[in-house]
Amino acid sequence: MGLNGRRDNQRQMNTPGLGQAHDYPGKLIVVEGIDGSGKSTQAQLLQKWLLNRGVPVFFTEWNSSPLVRRATKAGKKKNRLTPTTFSLLHLTDFADRLTYQIIPPLKAGMVVIADRYAFTAFARDVARGVHPQWVREAYSFAVRPDIAFYFKVTVECSLDRLQSSRAKIKFYEAGMDLNLSRNVEESFCIFQGQVLEQYDAMSDEYDFEVIDAELPIDVQQLMVRRAVERRVADYMAPFSTRTPARAGMLPLSEAR
Amino acid sequence: MIKPLTFIGQGLPYLDPGHLSGWLIVVEGSDGAGRTTQIQLLRGWLEYQGYGVVDTDWTLSPLVSTTIGLAKEGHAMNVLTFNLLYATDFADRLEHEIIPALRAGFVVLSDRYIYTAIARALARGADREWVRNLFGFALQPDIVFYLKADVQTLARRTLLAAGLDYWESGLDQNPGMDPYDSFIHYQRRLLREYSRLAKEFNFVTVNAKPAISTVQRHLREHLLPILTSEGREHTLDVEEPRL
Repeated sequence: MGLNGRRDNQRQMNTPGLGQAHDYPGKLIVVEGIDGSGKSTQAQLLQKWLLNRGVPVFFTEWNSSPLVRRATKAGKKKNRLTPTTFSLLHLTDFADRLTYQIIPPLKAGMVVIADRYAFTAFARDVARGVHPQWVREAYSFAVRPDIAFYFKVTVECSLDRLQSSRAKIKFYEAGMDLNLSRNVEESFCIFQGQVLEQYDAMSDEYDFEVIDAELPIDVQQLMVRRAVERRVADYMAPFSTRTPARAGMLPLSEAR
Repeated sequence: MIKPLTFIGQGLPYLDPGHLSGWLIVVEGSDGAGRTTQIQLLRGWLEYQGYGVVDTDWTLSPLVSTTIGLAKEGHAMNVLTFNLLYATDFADRLEHEIIPALRAGFVVLSDRYIYTAIARALARGADREWVRNLFGFALQPDIVFYLKADVQTLARRTLLAAGLDYWESGLDQNPGMDPYDSFIHYQRRLLREYSRLAKEFNFVTVNAKPAISTVQRHLREHLLPILTSEGREHTLDVEEPRL
């Protein structure tokens, strides 16, 4: 253990990377989509379902590590972020969460649900103008997900949803840093339209499970659950969160 | 002289391709090699010769310097986030300080550049290709000086100046080791990486052991053919101001 721990410390990260399937006992499920696509709602419903079946789940959210929170907040507040520093701060956040929140639960055999993943950077940062090859290489140490859901929605629909749920569209969400338009809504539509194009172009490259995010919430959720059952059919929970007494290997389909 | 923007790798595709009229001069080398002293002297010389000079140091950007400081104190970084925070810091300075100064025709004297970050990352076991790509957004300098000294000289000078610090001693890589031994161990690895980078990126290697004035003269001589301006009749004088 001492030796291995030390070697891990010296090597950057011994993950097979995005190009190759991981062999951790856990499973990594990712939800992606533009702001207002409803992906977080779907991720939470999936988490509840899995927990109810006794599957141990760890939930991790984009841009949530304490390490860079202060810098990101300050940079956004002063509008100091450039496409490159915006990308690098998010990458640092991701690296921190991958090390402490994603890989450890996967090694422990848990299901990790990630609300946004490297694909968010591939879509958003490229829409902001960074080189697509550069950002893909920069994230190359990421673990390849077992399923990546892409919640596909039109820009108009996502704008409607955001406006009805909160008062204001955020500066960077609308791509206002890119001077596309002085009008926030117009800028949002242009910028998110470009993000959407990137997601669509990536769908095949990364084998996205595409979900029509304009269907009723419960219909989408049933599609999500079916896809999980289908694509991680080999998953065995190492312990059950529901009935601790029944700890043991437990296939997803029988864990009810 | 007007030059196009040239990058080390993929660059910054969203930037206005415009032109640069200044010069980017980098001084690399380990702590204790005399970088700061030489840069101060270069600045005095260049200003005496009529050039506008801006200097920039590794990690001074307002964006993440506090974060780096806090993370270093709490040892909250791992190898990966350590490299990424320095890359972020550099990107911020590149776009907010270095490129604007070069566009305005200044000589930018950079005390360390991406090569320090690359050497540190490699000494910590990072993937070579990954690090190179990561810093591919960096601007290609007009010249990179590498002040080279042996480990014993570096150790003596560092101890005289400030004593050893946790990260400069590479103690994160050698937990439990005596700080002096760890420093020597880590600096040896860094020197090996600098030597490889010197070949790969065509550094001008300058022996840092001779007297300060001798080193300075070497640096000035190497700058003569680079610092040419249209309409400047007299060439630069290596001797003035006196050393």
